[in-house]
Amino acid sequence: MIEKIKYYLKSFLFLELLKGLSVTGRYFFSKKITIQYPEERTPISPRFRGLHALRRYANGEERCIACKLCEAGCPALAITIESEERADGSRRTTRYDIDLFKCIYCGFCEEACPVDSIVETNIFEYHFENRGESIMTKEKLLEMGDKYEAQLAADRSVDAAYR
Amino acid sequence: MSDSITLTINGQQVEAKAGQLLIDVADDNDIVVPRFCYHKKLSVAASCRMCLVEVERAPKPMPACATQVADGMVVQTRSAAAIAAQKSTMEFLLINHPLDCPICDQGGECELQDVAMGFGDGVSRYSEQKRVVMDKNIGPLIATDFTRCIHCTRCVRFGDEIAGLPEMGATGRGEHMEIGTYIEKAISSELSGNVIDICPVGALTAKPSRYTARPWELTQHASVSAHDCIGSNTYIHTRGNEVIRVVPRENESINESWISDRDRFSYTALKSDSRVVEPMMRVDGKLTTVDWETAIQTASDKLAGAANKGANIAALVSPQATLEEAFLAQKMVRGLGSNNVDHRLSQLDFSNQDKSAIMPWLGRSLASVESLDAALLVAANLRLEQPILSHRLRKAALNNDAAISSLGHFAGQYNYDLAQDLAGSAAQLVSDLVAVAQAVAKKTGTGLSTKFEGAKAGSAHQAIAKSLCDGDSSAIIVGVQALASPHLSLIQELCEAIATMSDSTLGYLSVSANSAGACLAGCTPHRTAAGVVGDKIGQHTSQIIQSSHDVLLNFAVNPGLDLNDGSAAQKLADNNDFIISVSSYLNDFDENHADLILPMAGFGETSGTFVNIEGLWQSFKGCVKSKGQSRPGWQLLAALGQLVLPGDFDYADSNQVNNEVKDLCQDVSLNNINGIQSSEASIPSKSRSLQRVGYTPIYACDEMTRLATPLQSTPLIKQQCTVVMSREQAEKLKLADAEQVHIKQGQGTAVLPLRLDDGVPSGCACIPGGFKAVKNLGEAFGTVELEIVS
Repeated sequence: MIEKIKYYLKSFLFLELLKGLSVTGRYFFSKKITIQYPEERTPISPRFRGLHALRRYANGEERCIACKLCEAGCPALAITIESEERADGSRRTTRYDIDLFKCIYCGFCEEACPVDSIVETNIFEYHFENRGESIMTKEKLLEMGDKYEAQLAADRSVDAAYR
Repeated sequence: MSDSITLTINGQQVEAKAGQLLIDVADDNDIVVPRFCYHKKLSVAASCRMCLVEVERAPKPMPACATQVADGMVVQTRSAAAIAAQKSTMEFLLINHPLDCPICDQGGECELQDVAMGFGDGVSRYSEQKRVVMDKNIGPLIATDFTRCIHCTRCVRFGDEIAGLPEMGATGRGEHMEIGTYIEKAISSELSGNVIDICPVGALTAKPSRYTARPWELTQHASVSAHDCIGSNTYIHTRGNEVIRVVPRENESINESWISDRDRFSYTALKSDSRVVEPMMRVDGKLTTVDWETAIQTASDKLAGAANKGANIAALVSPQATLEEAFLAQKMVRGLGSNNVDHRLSQLDFSNQDKSAIMPWLGRSLASVESLDAALLVAANLRLEQPILSHRLRKAALNNDAAISSLGHFAGQYNYDLAQDLAGSAAQLVSDLVAVAQAVAKKTGTGLSTKFEGAKAGSAHQAIAKSLCDGDSSAIIVGVQALASPHLSLIQELCEAIATMSDSTLGYLSVSANSAGACLAGCTPHRTAAGVVGDKIGQHTSQIIQSSHDVLLNFAVNPGLDLNDGSAAQKLADNNDFIISVSSYLNDFDENHADLILPMAGFGETSGTFVNIEGLWQSFKGCVKSKGQSRPGWQLLAALGQLVLPGDFDYADSNQVNNEVKDLCQDVSLNNINGIQSSEASIPSKSRSLQRVGYTPIYACDEMTRLATPLQSTPLIKQQCTVVMSREQAEKLKLADAEQVHIKQGQGTAVLPLRLDDGVPSGCACIPGGFKAVKNLGEAFGTVELEIVS
């Protein structure tokens, strides 16, 4: 009996409607989180895994020592490396290709790298116009590294305490 | 007391022989004991302390590699005490080991990495400075990084015990201990590459393949070495379509766990610029690239045309060609109506070819060489011709006190003490053999052919005879230098006589990896496949050189360097109307004289079979794609064969060819005592003029080794490619101070550096053959004139 009265009261006093409207009202007046991409941007974590880059040391020497651990660790087999002994006797790559169509941006290459050479930048907007452009060659990767070194170094120093 | 005892390892009852080492017993029972300094082929050093295990009632952990098992012994390899001991050892070893695994070529196949993972601690407590050792340059084959060295001394023991050239050693003590060559120099052993395999860390790595690949990227293909008649088992490691390195494949009955540097580094020739990668034809005197269809059609037209005109065709086949290639080549030539096919390029004396054995055969197994009591080496320099066989003989000499004697052209070439070491010119060698035969005949009371009477047996000859007659197990081994001798049949006759009288086995060595296979395949003018005597006897190598032919098929031969008489190459060029060369590498002869060049896949790119001097058939597969447009030799010959003799050459793979030859060879029985009678009526007289004694240097034995750049920069080949004579002889010729000498032999001349070595007998000058600088000189044995180069 009591149950029935409760039910009729709820129905005729529009309690549920008001409850729902209160949610609507709260969001209507609260601060909006929708942003107008691409004019507006969300902040990006220093751990973001975007397009790849090869870094250099401050003296201009490339970091990569052709240990091929990134190649071995890559779950998508997206990395191809060839190496040789450079004239000065150091171990260097002659070819370092990342196939962006294969890459799943898992970041294992970055984790495997003993010299912080292969890294992922926070760039996630890019496109290809021609066949073959999806291959990031060593030159392209080093260029990326040179261009974004400041950002890359900053991101890594923020994260250093947790690595 | 019974030999067999029982002990307990980790609670498991295991059987062992008394006196066995604990580590061997554990290995036999698949119980893992970590180790660095222990190697089953080397003496026990017990210096790394990694194999410490707990033995019940022993006060301290014991090194398993230096502890002999005893009945009732109770061993724990994973008890708390054992683990603690192993962990501490590992920690000490890692104190000075650099953390450069990412750039170390050993990374991924490193024993230190593996053992550190399995038995080390997860964290390092050491934060002080690590020691650094300067690198040493020890030659073009081995790269060093001695900072990584953990002083296991395997390489040092290898040099002493296996290579027989103690070139490496340890200087200093404790932390200051360094492995090195004492004075900076390149290692000159012919087995030196093996230290790369036995080094448990990355201190010694292969220089030619340095930094090119990681072990986990490599695919392993079982193969067989292509350079000597031993048939060492190898693994070819490839990455993608490239051969990265060659390592030994363990086979106790052939090469144990070693291979020679020649087998290890010759693969570098595959990348040589001289590879022939497309068919070429001579148009208006110039080699021009053509397509396969034109090339093979031209070849078949020329062959068919010649066959119709009386089959004046000849073929020279490389003894390095596979059994299948050799079989198809002779099948095609014979099918066209000619028997002029030969692979015995360095042989001069063919007078007894009908009576000679079907194929060069050692007369015993390779492994049994170790247990010889006495051996006589005739015209051989095993150490630099068949290094693995030489190692077996060395074991016989060292472990078995065998009396090994040598009758050759160059004394003092071995890395163990010979009982007798006689050297002389080609004629002197024969008279030495006669003297030994006389001594043996006298000792055994048998009669010797009257034509050998008159020779005087000296004390050395008598000692050789005594060792051969007294030994329970004795052997006479005729080396490859005998093949080039003008007195081959005399040598054969005498060796047969000595072997029969002294009850020794007689063995013949052969020039290349498949000389035996080429004989079985029928690549000889007088015998078809399986040694069956043909209805007609064709021309042998010397006759092929002297006669003219309509078409010459040159199968992978470089006439200028492979033939005994290099100057004969010009005759081949002049005498033959049309020369078809099937070749992997472009050589001078092909470049200047071949009318048609068909590109053939190199070794490692083709499947096939080699037969070694034991008579063992070993097949292998191609590991990488053949370069450019080149095709495997058997495929190329089958295609050409199908065109000229339709229906007879319908082979889908090389196995089919192999099976065909195998079927033919079922009843082949080998025998080296064939009653050879030399036609020479008396012992050759010694000449008074300066005699050349020739041999082929270790890295000039075939086209592949000649083009292997790392091998060509070794001190060994540089030392061999010289004129060598004794100081006395040089002074007599007023050449003692000469750096370079001018050589004149017949029409040919050459200039070579001079080296003085008293191992060369007086009256002789040792002038090697088989490389470019001497290609104009004549036969390996003959009269030469030397002059100082001013």
